Amino acid sequence: MYAQMIKSTGEGVKSLDDMEPEERAFQERINAGGKIEPKDWMPEGYRKNLIRQIGQHAHSEIVGQLPEGNWITRAPTLERKAILLAKVQDEAGHGLYLYCAAETLGVTRDQMTRDLLSGKMKYSSIFNYPTLTWADMGAVGWLVDGAAIMNQVPLQRTSYGPYARAMVRICKEESFHQRQGFDIMMKMAKGTEAQRKMAQDALNRFWYPSLMMFGPSDAESVHSAQSMAWKIKMNSNDELRQKFVDQTAPQAEYLGLTVPDENLKFNEETGHYEFSEPDWDEFFDVLKGNGPCNTERLEARNRAWDEGRWVREGLLAHAEKKRKTAIAAE
Amino acid sequence: MSSPESSPYSDTDAAPHGKARATEWPLWEIFIRGQHGLSHRHVGSLHAADAEGAIKNARDVYTRRNEGVSIWAVPASAIAASSPEEKGALYEPANDKVYRHPTFFDIPDEVGAM
Ligand SMILES: [Fe+2]
Ligand SMILES: [Fe+2]
Ligand SMILES: [Fe+2]
Repeated sequence: MYAQMIKSTGEGVKSLDDMEPEERAFQERINAGGKIEPKDWMPEGYRKNLIRQIGQHAHSEIVGQLPEGNWITRAPTLERKAILLAKVQDEAGHGLYLYCAAETLGVTRDQMTRDLLSGKMKYSSIFNYPTLTWADMGAVGWLVDGAAIMNQVPLQRTSYGPYARAMVRICKEESFHQRQGFDIMMKMAKGTEAQRKMAQDALNRFWYPSLMMFGPSDAESVHSAQSMAWKIKMNSNDELRQKFVDQTAPQAEYLGLTVPDENLKFNEETGHYEFSEPDWDEFFDVLKGNGPCNTERLEARNRAWDEGRWVREGLLAHAEKKRKTAIAAE
Repeated sequence: MSSPESSPYSDTDAAPHGKARATEWPLWEIFIRGQHGLSHRHVGSLHAADAEGAIKNARDVYTRRNEGVSIWAVPASAIAASSPEEKGALYEPANDKVYRHPTFFDIPDEVGAM
């Protein structure tokens, strides 16, 4: 998802009986559906895990602006341009809400940013794919935001209060993102033959990377088991992927486009679609830094950070000067 | 989204007023009063060099969909509020971007919920 392959303590989930009273009270509160707030006691593993997960999620929102920002100046109409601009602006906001949530756990935003820029912290694999045509703006909104929504809606109930509240805000805004994407796909799919081909090509390229967003099967993972016990992960990766395919396949059909999977078919008995797994070797390779755009994305973020430095320092110096003059005038 | 000032992790790098925060813009808590709201409500936090910047940022981050008519930005102990005169200029851009709301897009019934 926007946070992929997050490692927890690596140990099995403790039973309530094996916990010290503090931790037992913490876990019981979570089991009862209560929220953990910044001032509350929490296990160190929970705190560290959340910083990694929320931080990675925030980085994904920020880096995710790049593939779409790529088309703002070349949108086909002024209206489309304004819409895309608003969408990308929302993503900046999502990044900010999430950084703020992570900051309550005792990490600074600058530290998280430095860890992103050095490659120590990751962002979602999906944003290392290029956006080659205007139809990709449709595919990204429809599929990528669609997949993100699958994961974010249940996270509104996550145990950490600031994270849950950030998710509520984000989910309110995401629906617009997916719908504007689908709207572009409808236009293209029902347009000229060349437009229809472009839409099909975008679906071909974004289908499997979108399925990868959920991460490899984690049914056996101790990390996932711990995250689920802590309610910072609400569903298994396979569960969400299945939900996504079940929702998306009929939409592709409506568009008259073909999902690039010859094994895709509806199973009447289970009520679910059967589908092919994405290429997990490719997924791990992209995570390692070898995707088509990894270098470009990190370079863009580093450049923005370096070139924005004088603004950050200048405004801080100006604020300090104003503060001093105000004191002197008193 | 509450402030790290309330964090129990005073011994981490990110402790309030700690070294790691020295080069960062200070953190502000943002309170918004909605059109029909009776009082300001905490909506989240953000970084800004000063109160003016905090309010401008809050306008971009927390009121893109007409969520509010008044903003307070609160650093540690002081409170800064947006002035009523700014109302027009602050919210006009949000009013004419109706496409930010999902209902702007007609999705055919056959497609199902989205
Ligand atoms: Fe987002
Ligand atoms: Fe997104
Ligand atoms: Fe989005």
